[in-house]
Amino acid sequence: MDSKFKGIVVENSETIVEMWLEEVARLKEANRTATISDDMYDNTNREFVEVIFTSIKNQGAIKAVETFSEKIISLGWPLSYITDGLQVFRRVTINFILSQSDSMDTDSITNVLSSVDRWVEPIIRVLVNEYTGNWENIVSLQRVALQELSAPLIPVIEGITIMPLIGTIDTDRAKLIMESLLQGVITHNSEVVLIDITGVPVVDTMVAHHLIQAAEAVRLIGAKCILVGIRPEIAQTIVNLGIDLTNFPTKSSLKKGFMAALEMTNRKVTDVTPCEDNIGDLIESLKGE
Amino acid sequence: MKPQSSCVRIQKEWDIVGARHVARDMAKELGFGIVDQARIATAVSELARNIYLYAKSGQIIFEKIDTMESKGLSIIAIDSGPGIADIGQVMQDGYSTSGGLGAGLPGVKRLMDEFVIQSEMGKGTKITTKKLVR
Repeated sequence: MDSKFKGIVVENSETIVEMWLEEVARLKEANRTATISDDMYDNTNREFVEVIFTSIKNQGAIKAVETFSEKIISLGWPLSYITDGLQVFRRVTINFILSQSDSMDTDSITNVLSSVDRWVEPIIRVLVNEYTGNWENIVSLQRVALQELSAPLIPVIEGITIMPLIGTIDTDRAKLIMESLLQGVITHNSEVVLIDITGVPVVDTMVAHHLIQAAEAVRLIGAKCILVGIRPEIAQTIVNLGIDLTNFPTKSSLKKGFMAALEMTNRKVTDVTPCEDNIGDLIESLKGE
Repeated sequence: MKPQSSCVRIQKEWDIVGARHVARDMAKELGFGIVDQARIATAVSELARNIYLYAKSGQIIFEKIDTMESKGLSIIAIDSGPGIADIGQVMQDGYSTSGGLGAGLPGVKRLMDEFVIQSEMGKGTKITTKKLVR
Protein backbone atom coordinates (compact mmCIF):
# COMPACT_ATOMS: atom_id res chain seq x y z
CA MET A 1 0.00 0.00 0.00
CA ASP A 2 2.72 2.38 1.05
CA SER A 3 4.57 2.17 -2.24
CA LYS A 4 1.35 2.70 -4.14
CA PHE A 5 0.68 5.95 -2.26
CA LYS A 6 4.26 6.93 -2.74
CA GLY A 7 3.84 6.35 -6.45
CA ILE A 8 0.80 8.61 -6.54
CA VAL A 9 2.58 11.35 -4.63
CA VAL A 10 5.80 11.21 -6.63
CA GLU A 11 3.96 11.12 -9.95
CA ASN A 12 1.82 14.10 -9.04
CA SER A 13 4.54 15.87 -7.14
CA GLU A 14 4.11 19.03 -9.18
CA THR A 15 0.43 19.39 -8.31
CA ILE A 16 1.11 18.72 -4.65
CA VAL A 17 4.00 21.17 -4.59
CA GLU A 18 1.79 23.85 -6.13
CA MET A 19 -0.95 23.23 -3.57
CA TRP A 20 1.59 23.21 -0.75
CA LEU A 21 3.28 26.42 -1.89
CA GLU A 22 -0.07 28.15 -2.08
CA GLU A 23 -1.01 27.13 1.46
CA VAL A 24 2.38 27.92 2.96
CA ALA A 25 2.46 31.35 1.32
CA ARG A 26 -0.76 32.09 3.16
CA LEU A 27 0.90 31.17 6.46
CA LYS A 28 3.57 33.80 6.07
CA GLU A 29 1.76 36.38 8.24
CA ALA A 30 0.96 34.01 11.07
CA ASN A 31 4.44 32.55 11.18
CA ARG A 32 6.37 35.59 12.38
CA THR A 33 8.17 35.41 9.06
CA ALA A 34 6.40 38.47 7.67
CA THR A 35 9.60 40.51 7.55
CA ILE A 36 11.28 38.10 5.14
CA SER A 37 11.26 39.15 1.50
CA ASP A 38 8.84 37.31 -0.79
CA ASP A 39 11.61 36.03 -3.06
CA MET A 40 13.56 34.59 -0.18
CA TYR A 41 10.46 33.02 1.30
CA ASP A 42 9.48 31.51 -2.02
CA ASN A 43 12.95 30.09 -2.69
CA THR A 44 13.20 28.56 0.75
CA ASN A 45 9.74 27.06 0.39
CA ARG A 46 10.76 25.39 -2.86
CA GLU A 47 13.90 24.05 -1.26
CA PHE A 48 11.89 22.81 1.70
CA VAL A 49 9.42 20.91 -0.44
CA GLU A 50 12.29 19.43 -2.47
CA VAL A 51 13.86 18.19 0.76
CA ILE A 52 10.54 16.65 1.78
CA PHE A 53 10.27 14.82 -1.53
CA THR A 54 13.86 13.54 -1.51
CA SER A 55 13.24 12.30 1.99
CA ILE A 56 10.10 10.46 0.88
CA LYS A 57 11.76 8.97 -2.19
CA ASN A 58 14.84 7.79 -0.30
CA GLN A 59 12.93 6.81 2.82
CA GLY A 60 14.48 9.45 5.03
CA ALA A 61 17.34 11.38 3.44
CA ILE A 62 18.84 12.50 6.76
CA LYS A 63 21.72 14.36 5.14
CA ALA A 64 19.52 16.62 3.00
CA VAL A 65 17.19 17.35 5.91
CA GLU A 66 20.11 18.21 8.16
CA THR A 67 21.62 20.57 5.62
CA PHE A 68 18.27 22.25 5.17
CA SER A 69 17.65 22.63 8.91
CA GLU A 70 21.12 24.11 9.35
CA LYS A 71 20.28 26.67 6.72
CA ILE A 72 16.96 27.56 8.37
CA ILE A 73 18.64 27.84 11.78
CA SER A 74 21.36 30.10 10.44
CA LEU A 75 18.66 32.24 8.81
CA GLY A 76 17.05 32.43 12.24
CA TRP A 77 13.59 31.42 11.10
CA PRO A 78 11.17 30.19 13.76
CA LEU A 79 10.66 26.49 14.39
CA SER A 80 6.98 26.99 13.67
CA TYR A 81 7.86 27.58 10.01
CA ILE A 82 9.08 24.01 9.78
CA THR A 83 6.34 22.37 11.84
CA ASP A 84 3.62 24.33 10.03
CA GLY A 85 5.17 23.52 6.68
CA LEU A 86 5.18 19.81 7.42
CA GLN A 87 1.67 19.96 8.84
CA VAL A 88 0.45 21.61 5.65
CA PHE A 89 2.31 19.04 3.58
CA ARG A 90 0.59 16.26 5.50
CA ARG A 91 -2.82 17.80 5.01
CA VAL A 92 -2.31 18.51 1.31
CA THR A 93 -0.89 15.08 0.58
CA ILE A 94 -3.60 13.20 2.43
CA ASN A 95 -6.30 15.19 0.71
CA PHE A 96 -4.67 14.58 -2.65
CA ILE A 97 -4.26 10.83 -2.20
CA LEU A 98 -7.82 10.49 -0.95
CA SER A 99 -9.13 12.43 -3.92
CA GLN A 100 -7.24 10.09 -6.27
CA SER A 101 -8.24 6.81 -4.70
CA ASP A 102 -11.62 5.31 -5.49
CA SER A 103 -12.28 3.37 -2.29
CA MET A 104 -13.28 5.54 0.64
CA ASP A 105 -13.69 3.00 3.43
CA THR A 106 -12.14 3.45 6.85
CA ASP A 107 -9.31 1.00 6.20
CA SER A 108 -7.93 2.77 3.17
CA ILE A 109 -8.14 6.15 4.92
CA THR A 110 -6.25 4.77 7.89
CA ASN A 111 -3.64 3.38 5.51
CA VAL A 112 -3.20 6.72 3.81
CA LEU A 113 -2.92 8.52 7.13
CA SER A 114 -0.35 6.14 8.57
CA SER A 115 1.85 6.07 5.46
CA VAL A 116 1.93 9.84 5.14
CA ASP A 117 2.70 10.08 8.84
CA ARG A 118 5.57 7.65 8.38
CA TRP A 119 7.05 9.86 5.65
CA VAL A 120 6.75 13.04 7.65
CA GLU A 121 7.82 11.74 11.04
CA PRO A 122 11.57 11.26 10.37
CA ILE A 123 11.76 14.74 8.85
CA ILE A 124 10.09 16.30 11.90
CA ARG A 125 12.35 14.36 14.22
CA VAL A 126 15.54 15.47 12.49
CA LEU A 127 14.47 19.08 12.18
CA VAL A 128 13.23 19.46 15.75
CA ASN A 129 16.32 17.71 17.07
CA GLU A 130 18.57 20.01 15.10
CA TYR A 131 16.68 23.03 16.37
CA THR A 132 16.60 22.08 20.05
CA GLY A 133 20.20 20.85 19.85
CA ASN A 134 21.17 24.24 18.53
CA TRP A 135 19.34 26.00 21.38
CA GLU A 136 20.78 23.74 24.04
CA ASN A 137 24.20 24.36 22.61
CA ILE A 138 23.71 28.13 22.81
CA VAL A 139 22.34 27.93 26.35
CA SER A 140 25.22 25.81 27.60
CA LEU A 141 27.77 28.05 25.88
CA GLN A 142 26.21 31.07 27.51
CA ARG A 143 26.20 29.38 30.87
CA VAL A 144 29.92 28.73 30.52
CA ALA A 145 30.48 32.31 29.39
CA LEU A 146 28.52 33.57 32.37
CA GLN A 147 30.48 31.41 34.73
CA GLU A 148 33.71 32.78 33.36
CA LEU A 149 32.48 36.27 34.13
CA SER A 150 31.19 35.19 37.50
CA ALA A 151 33.81 35.96 40.09
CA PRO A 152 37.12 37.27 38.82
CA LEU A 153 39.81 38.06 41.30
CA ILE A 154 42.50 40.57 40.42
CA PRO A 155 45.69 40.87 42.44
CA VAL A 156 46.59 44.55 41.96
CA ILE A 157 49.53 44.93 44.28
CA GLU A 158 51.32 42.77 46.81
CA GLY A 159 48.77 41.95 49.49
CA ILE A 160 45.78 43.67 47.91
CA THR A 161 43.25 41.90 45.71
CA ILE A 162 40.11 43.22 44.05
CA MET A 163 36.97 41.29 43.17
CA PRO A 164 34.71 43.31 40.88
CA LEU A 165 31.15 41.97 40.83
CA ILE A 166 28.87 42.75 37.91
CA GLY A 167 25.27 41.69 37.46
CA THR A 168 22.80 39.69 39.44
CA ILE A 169 24.02 37.49 42.24
CA ASP A 170 22.08 34.27 42.66
CA THR A 171 22.74 31.33 44.96
CA ASP A 172 25.08 29.51 42.57
CA ARG A 173 27.08 32.61 41.90
CA ALA A 174 27.26 33.50 45.58
CA LYS A 175 28.78 30.09 46.20
CA LEU A 176 31.28 30.62 43.40
CA ILE A 177 32.18 34.07 44.73
CA MET A 178 32.86 32.66 48.17
CA GLU A 179 35.01 29.85 46.79
CA SER A 180 37.12 31.93 44.46
CA LEU A 181 37.45 34.67 47.08
CA LEU A 182 38.87 32.31 49.68
CA GLN A 183 41.00 30.46 47.16
CA GLY A 184 42.33 33.75 45.82
CA VAL A 185 43.18 35.12 49.24
CA ILE A 186 45.30 32.04 49.89
CA THR A 187 47.02 31.87 46.47
CA HIS A 188 47.74 35.59 46.19
CA ASN A 189 48.59 35.83 49.85
CA SER A 190 46.31 38.85 50.22
CA GLU A 191 45.95 40.92 53.33
CA VAL A 192 43.07 43.01 52.07
CA VAL A 193 40.34 42.08 49.60
CA LEU A 194 38.18 44.74 48.00
CA ILE A 195 34.74 43.59 46.87
CA ASP A 196 33.40 46.05 44.33
CA ILE A 197 29.61 46.03 43.92
CA THR A 198 29.30 48.97 41.53
CA GLY A 199 27.85 46.65 38.90
CA VAL A 200 25.38 44.82 41.12
CA PRO A 201 21.94 46.22 40.27
CA VAL A 202 20.10 45.26 43.45
CA VAL A 203 21.39 44.45 46.90
CA ASP A 204 18.64 42.61 48.73
CA THR A 205 18.89 40.67 51.96
CA MET A 206 20.13 37.54 50.22
CA VAL A 207 22.96 39.32 48.40
CA ALA A 208 23.88 41.18 51.59
CA HIS A 209 23.78 37.95 53.54
CA HIS A 210 26.15 36.25 51.11
CA LEU A 211 28.52 39.22 51.14
CA ILE A 212 28.55 39.26 54.94
CA GLN A 213 29.25 35.54 55.02
CA ALA A 214 32.05 35.90 52.47
CA ALA A 215 33.61 38.73 54.49
CA GLU A 216 33.35 36.67 57.67
CA ALA A 217 35.05 33.72 55.98
CA VAL A 218 37.81 35.99 54.67
CA ARG A 219 38.28 37.33 58.20
CA LEU A 220 38.62 33.78 59.49
CA ILE A 221 41.54 33.07 57.19
CA GLY A 222 43.27 36.21 58.40
CA ALA A 223 42.55 38.78 55.73
CA LYS A 224 40.34 41.85 55.68
CA CYS A 225 37.44 42.62 53.42
CA ILE A 226 36.34 46.07 52.29
CA LEU A 227 33.05 46.53 50.47
CA VAL A 228 33.38 49.24 47.85
CA GLY A 229 31.24 50.78 45.13
CA ILE A 230 28.12 51.32 47.19
CA ARG A 231 25.95 53.69 45.19
CA PRO A 232 23.78 56.18 47.13
CA GLU A 233 20.52 54.43 46.22
CA ILE A 234 21.95 51.08 47.29
CA ALA A 235 23.07 52.61 50.58
CA GLN A 236 19.52 53.81 51.17
CA THR A 237 17.93 50.48 50.42
CA ILE A 238 20.41 48.72 52.69
CA VAL A 239 19.44 51.10 55.51
CA ASN A 240 15.73 50.59 54.76
CA LEU A 241 16.13 46.85 54.84
CA GLY A 242 17.82 47.19 58.20
CA ILE A 243 20.91 45.24 57.19
CA ASP A 244 23.70 45.60 59.70
CA LEU A 245 27.05 46.15 57.98
CA THR A 246 28.82 47.71 60.95
CA ASN A 247 31.39 44.92 61.13
CA PHE A 248 32.16 45.36 57.48
CA PRO A 249 34.33 48.33 56.41
CA THR A 250 32.71 50.03 53.42
CA LYS A 251 33.73 52.75 50.99
CA SER A 252 31.84 54.58 48.28
CA SER A 253 34.32 53.98 45.50
CA LEU A 254 37.02 51.56 44.52
CA LYS A 255 39.56 54.38 44.64
CA LYS A 256 38.81 55.21 48.27
CA GLY A 257 38.76 51.55 49.14
CA PHE A 258 42.15 51.06 47.54
CA MET A 259 43.59 53.99 49.49
CA ALA A 260 42.20 52.52 52.70
CA ALA A 261 43.69 49.15 51.79
CA LEU A 262 47.10 50.75 51.22
CA GLU A 263 46.85 52.39 54.61
CA MET A 264 45.98 49.05 56.21
CA THR A 265 49.09 47.52 54.68
CA ASN A 266 51.21 50.49 55.81
CA ARG A 267 51.76 51.99 52.41
CA LYS A 268 50.80 55.19 50.69
CA VAL A 269 50.85 56.74 47.27
CA THR A 270 53.25 59.63 46.80
CA ASP A 271 53.74 61.84 43.78
CA VAL A 272 57.09 61.53 42.12
CA THR A 273 58.09 65.19 41.79
CA PRO A 274 61.28 65.86 39.94
CA CYS A 275 63.57 67.65 42.40
CA GLU A 276 64.69 70.37 40.02
CA ASP A 277 66.29 72.45 42.76
CA ASN A 278 68.70 69.69 43.58
CA ILE A 279 69.64 69.28 39.94
CA GLY A 280 70.08 73.02 39.71
CA ASP A 281 72.38 72.97 42.73
CA LEU A 282 74.31 70.10 41.23
CA ILE A 283 74.85 71.97 37.98
CA GLU A 284 75.90 75.05 39.92
CA SER A 285 78.37 73.08 41.95
CA LEU A 286 79.72 71.43 38.80
CA LYS A 287 80.25 74.82 37.24
CA GLY A 288 82.25 75.80 40.28
CA GLU A 289 84.65 72.94 39.77
CA MET B 1 -0.30 52.56 25.24
CA LYS B 2 1.81 50.54 27.61
CA PRO B 3 0.10 47.85 29.66
CA GLN B 4 -1.32 49.02 32.98
CA SER B 5 -0.59 45.78 34.73
CA SER B 6 1.54 42.72 34.28
CA CYS B 7 2.04 39.42 35.97
CA VAL B 8 5.26 37.48 36.48
CA ARG B 9 5.29 33.83 37.47
CA ILE B 10 7.97 32.81 39.96
CA GLN B 11 9.15 29.23 39.65
CA LYS B 12 12.90 29.35 39.13
CA GLU B 13 15.54 31.47 40.77
CA TRP B 14 16.03 33.37 37.52
CA ASP B 15 12.37 34.44 37.55
CA ILE B 16 13.33 36.75 40.41
CA VAL B 17 15.54 38.66 38.00
CA GLY B 18 12.67 38.82 35.51
CA ALA B 19 10.29 40.19 38.14
CA ARG B 20 12.84 42.76 39.16
CA HIS B 21 13.25 43.95 35.58
CA VAL B 22 9.51 44.36 35.12
CA ALA B 23 9.34 46.28 38.41
CA ARG B 24 12.17 48.58 37.47
CA ASP B 25 10.80 49.27 34.00
CA MET B 26 7.34 50.08 35.33
CA ALA B 27 8.79 52.26 38.09
CA LYS B 28 10.84 54.14 35.53
CA GLU B 29 7.79 54.70 33.31
CA LEU B 30 5.79 56.00 36.25
CA GLY B 31 8.47 58.57 36.95
CA PHE B 32 9.94 57.25 40.17
CA GLY B 33 13.37 58.59 41.09
CA ILE B 34 16.49 56.43 41.06
CA VAL B 35 16.35 55.77 44.78
CA ASP B 36 12.69 54.75 44.67
CA GLN B 37 13.39 52.55 41.63
CA ALA B 38 16.07 50.78 43.64
CA ARG B 39 13.68 50.48 46.60
CA ILE B 40 10.96 48.97 44.45
CA ALA B 41 13.37 46.58 42.73
CA THR B 42 14.75 45.48 46.08
CA ALA B 43 11.27 44.97 47.56
CA VAL B 44 10.22 42.90 44.53
CA SER B 45 13.42 40.92 44.84
CA GLU B 46 12.61 40.12 48.48
CA LEU B 47 9.01 39.17 47.74
CA ALA B 48 9.99 37.02 44.77
CA ARG B 49 12.71 35.32 46.74
CA ASN B 50 10.29 34.54 49.54
CA ILE B 51 7.98 32.90 47.03
CA TYR B 52 10.86 30.94 45.52
CA LEU B 53 12.28 29.87 48.88
CA TYR B 54 9.15 29.02 50.85
CA ALA B 55 6.26 28.47 48.45
CA LYS B 56 8.26 27.15 45.42
CA SER B 57 5.90 28.85 42.98
CA GLY B 58 3.62 31.83 42.85
CA GLN B 59 3.17 35.07 41.04
CA ILE B 60 3.76 38.76 41.36
CA ILE B 61 1.26 41.17 39.89
CA PHE B 62 2.24 44.73 39.08
CA GLU B 63 -0.44 47.37 38.66
CA LYS B 64 -0.04 50.99 37.83
CA ILE B 65 -2.00 53.36 40.03
CA ASP B 66 -2.89 56.45 38.08
CA THR B 67 -5.78 58.42 39.55
CA MET B 68 -6.49 62.04 40.32
CA GLU B 69 -5.25 61.74 43.89
CA SER B 70 -2.30 59.43 43.56
CA LYS B 71 0.13 57.88 41.15
CA GLY B 72 2.24 54.89 41.91
CA LEU B 73 2.83 51.20 41.62
CA SER B 74 1.00 48.43 43.39
CA ILE B 75 2.74 45.09 43.79
CA ILE B 76 0.86 41.97 44.82
CA ALA B 77 2.72 38.75 45.61
CA ILE B 78 0.51 35.68 45.75
CA ASP B 79 1.47 32.09 46.44
CA SER B 80 -0.31 28.96 47.52
CA GLY B 81 2.49 27.75 49.72
CA PRO B 82 2.45 26.56 53.33
CA GLY B 83 1.42 29.95 54.73
CA ILE B 84 2.84 31.82 57.68
CA ALA B 85 1.99 30.61 61.18
CA ASP B 86 2.79 33.75 63.12
CA ILE B 87 2.76 36.93 61.08
CA GLY B 88 3.86 39.01 64.07
CA GLN B 89 7.01 36.90 64.29
CA VAL B 90 8.01 37.17 60.61
CA MET B 91 7.58 40.92 60.76
CA GLN B 92 10.22 41.11 63.47
CA ASP B 93 13.73 42.01 62.39
CA GLY B 94 16.14 39.15 62.56
CA TYR B 95 13.64 36.31 62.47
CA SER B 96 14.39 33.77 59.77
CA THR B 97 13.62 30.11 59.26
CA SER B 98 16.08 29.68 56.42
CA GLY B 99 19.26 30.96 58.03
CA GLY B 100 19.02 34.30 56.26
CA LEU B 101 19.25 37.75 57.75
CA GLY B 102 15.56 37.87 58.63
CA ALA B 103 15.25 41.36 57.24
CA GLY B 104 13.14 40.51 54.18
CA LEU B 105 9.53 41.22 55.08
CA PRO B 106 10.11 43.96 57.66
CA GLY B 107 12.54 45.45 55.14
CA VAL B 108 9.92 45.43 52.39
CA LYS B 109 7.52 47.17 54.75
CA ARG B 110 10.06 49.93 55.30
CA LEU B 111 10.93 50.18 51.60
CA MET B 112 7.32 50.63 50.51
CA ASP B 113 4.54 53.03 51.51
CA GLU B 114 1.76 50.53 52.14
CA PHE B 115 2.09 46.93 53.21
CA VAL B 116 -0.66 44.40 53.88
CA ILE B 117 0.00 40.74 54.54
CA GLN B 118 -2.63 38.02 54.63
CA SER B 119 -1.77 34.41 55.20
CA GLU B 120 -3.57 31.22 55.99
CA MET B 121 -1.86 28.01 57.04
CA GLY B 122 -1.91 25.47 54.23
CA LYS B 123 -3.60 27.90 51.84
CA GLY B 124 -0.95 30.44 50.98
CA THR B 125 0.10 34.01 51.41
CA LYS B 126 -0.87 37.27 49.77
CA ILE B 127 1.18 40.40 50.23
CA THR B 128 -0.07 43.70 48.84
CA THR B 129 2.28 46.67 48.76
CA LYS B 130 2.18 50.10 47.23
CA LYS B 131 4.65 52.80 46.47
CA LEU B 132 3.45 56.26 45.50
CA VAL B 133 5.23 58.80 43.34
CA ARG B 134 5.97 61.92 45.29
